[in-house]
Parts: sequence; C-alpha cells; structure tokens
Amino acid sequence: MKRTLMKGNEALAEAAIRAGCRAYFGYPITPQNEVPEYMARHMPKAGGVFVQAESEIAAINMVHGASGAGVRAMATTSSPGFSLMTEGISYMIGSRLPCVVANVMRGGPGLGNIAPAQGDYFQVTRGLGHGDTHGIVLAPSTVQEIVDLMPVAFELAERYRLPVIVAADGILGQMMEPVTLPEPIAPPPPPDWATTGAVGTPRVISSIYLAPEELEQHVLSLMRTYQEIREREQRWEAYRADDAEVLVVAYGIAARVARSAVDRERAQGHAVGLIRPITLWPFPTSAFERSPRRWLVVELSAGQMVEDVRLALSGRAPVGLYGRVGGVVPSPVEVSEAIRSAVAGEVAWA
Amino acid sequence: MVEVTARPRSLVDVPLHYCPGCTHGIIHRLVAEAIDSLGIRERTIGVASVGCSVFIYNYFKVDFQQAPHGRAPAVATGIKRVLPDRVVFTYQGDGDLASIGIAEILHAAARGERITVIFVNNAIYGMTGGQMAPTTLSGMKTTTTPYGRDVRQAGGALRVVELLAGIDGVAYAAREAVTSPARIHRARRAVEAAFRAQLEDRGLGIVELLSTCPVNWKLPPVEAIAWCEANMIPAFPLGVLKDTTRSGE
Repeated sequence: MKRTLMKGNEALAEAAIRAGCRAYFGYPITPQNEVPEYMARHMPKAGGVFVQAESEIAAINMVHGASGAGVRAMATTSSPGFSLMTEGISYMIGSRLPCVVANVMRGGPGLGNIAPAQGDYFQVTRGLGHGDTHGIVLAPSTVQEIVDLMPVAFELAERYRLPVIVAADGILGQMMEPVTLPEPIAPPPPPDWATTGAVGTPRVISSIYLAPEELEQHVLSLMRTYQEIREREQRWEAYRADDAEVLVVAYGIAARVARSAVDRERAQGHAVGLIRPITLWPFPTSAFERSPRRWLVVELSAGQMVEDVRLALSGRAPVGLYGRVGGVVPSPVEVSEAIRSAVAGEVAWA
Repeated sequence: MVEVTARPRSLVDVPLHYCPGCTHGIIHRLVAEAIDSLGIRERTIGVASVGCSVFIYNYFKVDFQQAPHGRAPAVATGIKRVLPDRVVFTYQGDGDLASIGIAEILHAAARGERITVIFVNNAIYGMTGGQMAPTTLSGMKTTTTPYGRDVRQAGGALRVVELLAGIDGVAYAAREAVTSPARIHRARRAVEAAFRAQLEDRGLGIVELLSTCPVNWKLPPVEAIAWCEANMIPAFPLGVLKDTTRSGE
C-alpha cells in the first residue's frame, strides 16, 4: 500500500472527502486551519462544496442545511469555536440530523492558547449543547487513526442520525505521520427524510415539540438511541493490560505519551498497562471489568475523564489522576514518574 | 360564479395559529402565490425561523427545515450550496433577522447567496410577548421599553433593506406593507421579484413586509392597520430599493 506523509489536519480533510463528505463549512481557528485550507483546494475537485463561513455559528448551521438536504456534511474547529457550534449541534441532535464535527482541542478556558489540550472532555461528552444531548465522540491517537475513523464517523452519524464528534488535539492536527489512505467511496444517496424539494408529501426537519408530552416522547426516543449506542459502540484499545497491576487510562495524544511510559515501566519489570478509550462517549465501561490494584488517569485536562473512570469502576479500585493543563504535554519520563508514584501510593487517591 | 381568489395550491387548507389581526396570514398567502405562479413548488425548500412563524411548515406544501434563532440564512446557504437547482427561501421576523441573526443575513447577502428572504417587520417581538425589537420605533412602548424607546439608551429603529441594498451580492431589495389591497398587490409583485432574483441566478432577493401585531401593540386589528400606516410607513419608506434587472443599477 502507498504510504503518504501527511499532517493530521490535512489527513482528516482528505479522509473525509474519501469517505463521501461533499459539504464542508468552516471558520479559521488555530490549530485546525489546514482543514479549511485543504478543503478550499480539494473539495471543488471532488464535486463538493466549501464555504468559509463568517463564524462557527454560521458554519454549523450551514452543516445543518446541507445535512438536512441529504449530503454528507462536516465542520471542523478548535475549542472556542466548538463552544459556538454547540448551539447548532444541539439543534441537529433535536432534529436528528447526522454530521461530523472535528474539534482539534487547544488550551482553555476562554481564549487560552493554541497549544494541545483535552480540556473540552466534559463539553464533548456531557454538554454538546442545551437539552439532553449526546453524540458519539471518537478520539484518535495517530494520524492513521484519524484517517481510519473518518468513514466510521460518517457511518455512525447516519446510522443513529446524530452528530459524531472527532475529538483530536493540537498535536494530532499539526503532526506529520505516514498514512495509508483508503480508496474513495461514492457519497450515499440522500436519505428519504431529506428536504430535497417536496415531490409528494412535504418533508419537515425541526427540533420543536411544543407539547411537553410530545417533547418527552422525542427525548425518550433519543435516550433509547443513546442506550443502543452505549451497548453497541464502545471502542477502546488495551495495551499490555492483561496482567497489569497498574492500569493507565489515557486517550488521544496523552495515550501516545502514556504508552511510551508503560513500555519504560515494563522494561523495569513493573506490571503496567494501558486502556485507551477510542470512544469518549459512549465511555468504554466494558474495558473496566478487570480490577487491577490501581488505576491512573493521564489526561491533558484538570481531571475530567477521571470521573468517567471512577464511575466505570464504581469504587472497586482507587483511581489517581495525572492531569496537565494549559497546553502542557508531559514527557514519557514525567508520566513514568507519575506511574511509579501511583504504584507507591503517593498520589492522593480518590 | 367565477372564482377569482382560490386558495394557493402551495398552501395547506388548515386554520392558521396566528393572533386575530396579525398579517402573517396575508404574507403566507403572498409567498404561496409566488411559488404557484413561478411553478416551483416541487423544488422549493423553505427555512423557518424562530418567532411567531416557527410553525410555517404546517401551512406550506413544500419541504422545510426549521433553523436556530437568527441562523436561517446560514441553514439556507447549506441547502442551496448542495442543491443549487432548488429554490430556497427563508421566512424571518425582525428579532430573528435584524437582531440575533444580523451577521447571518449580512454575510449571506455579501456572498450573494441565491436565496430569497421574506422579512416580516412588525416593530416588536411577538412570540416572546412584546419586547423591543431592533425595528421598534423611537418612543414606542414595549415591555422592555416601558417608557418608550429612548434612542440615547436603546438606539433607533434599524432599517434593514437600506442596509442590505448597499451590498453587492443583493440583487433585489424592497419594502412593502400589507395594510391595504393596493399595498398587498404591490407586495405580491415584490415577493415574486425576490424569487425571480434567485431563479435568474442574480443574487440574494429580500422583501421586507411591514406587518401588524395587534396583541402586543395592544390595539384592535383595524386600529393596528391604521397604526402601521401612520407610524411604520413613515419610519420605513416603501418601495424597491434595488433591482439588478433595472437599467442603471
């Protein structure tokens, strides 16, 4: 297979086009600018649509329109822009519209900085917008995995008629790695619910249910979909985990660092392994059935995913946290030290 | 008997939910008549905005998407760009278009989106109970301007079509009122012209229609019509502000 050296953001864009995405709407924000730049160059060649919106708010609503018209549609952004998009994402959940939104996370809160971070974990897993909202959240940890997850993202979005969030971070967007790209697929035909012009019975896409009982039924129907997703779509990778007495939990770029730290510790004879969630929502609770002696969550946020790990374990084992914030990415050595502290019980256990 | 005013084919035969004396019903009819006379019903997609007309899709035999508050022009952009051979229109109130959605309409206009915008201006927020709109007249009492709109504190009424007519991407911009048969006839021509701007691939077409809100103006319907004539028309001059089919434009 032909291997190509690509930047994460560009690989994400190319993989989306190859996955049949034919409508991309974006607004420049660092560190994801290569996505709109790539789309501006390549989407027209693929017969698709690129519009640079006037804001992230407009961009996600253009996605709303294009998705409602039955076309595979996507937006990408970074943390402050994602906040602006959550209004539109909530409407798309309420209207049962599929789409893919990539959030190449940076340091926050507020304007923060443009360094890689994972501080939007709660936002993508808990608060995709107002109301009872959830969407599937995929967290790649290599450029190849970004490429591999793009078709999955569109398929899941359409299967469940919900937005799928690709939660990456500034390093994954900016780093170059060799990737194998899949063969392009033809975009699927518009689904029968799409508003393509009312030949026959007019179709309506709306998120408004004025009667409380009707809205309750609508939300309960969403909850049934959420439950189905929880049962069917948990994804994770276990690395050297089978006999581990200490299990590190990390995703995305933090998992790359943690994996090196696990290898360092194994070389020292310590029984350490890694659980890497690939779906942040649904959280892969099935990966937490084994109970080693200790757990250590490594994340580029101030203790967010650690809450899901604690929920998954329900108090069966102590869970520690090594969280770096502000866009600081720890070295494998620093994570190794955190693991050794965990083994020694020197971390403040919850 | 000769039927001269049959129900438009694009309109569903159900009672409207609008308040007595509100002119949304007339404007709905004008839009449906334009869709009928242009023969575009089966390739038209409407975008409903947040406001009194949020349920407009219950009344039209065309596909509809409901948009977040103010975002109808962005949703319409998404639809039109992926389905360029369809006819896409938004139906927006003054709070939706002139306040929260002013960025979306300005930039859709700047891009010259081939969409048609039906902009209903009743100088007040109807759905939320009569608060100040960007189009509320100076001195006008609303629930959030209880002493009358004070221009120093709250600014003055925003004239939207004048603003949009200055943008290159706008092909047609007009303001009419639906307060008398003669004016309604002029409004009908304007609505059709705004659709033709899209059909002829010239740019964005917008019609602002001065409308009434008897409940929140606290006036009986007939007096509301008179109030609109006496107060709104002087503040919001009627006529075609821009039409790129005309020579010299």
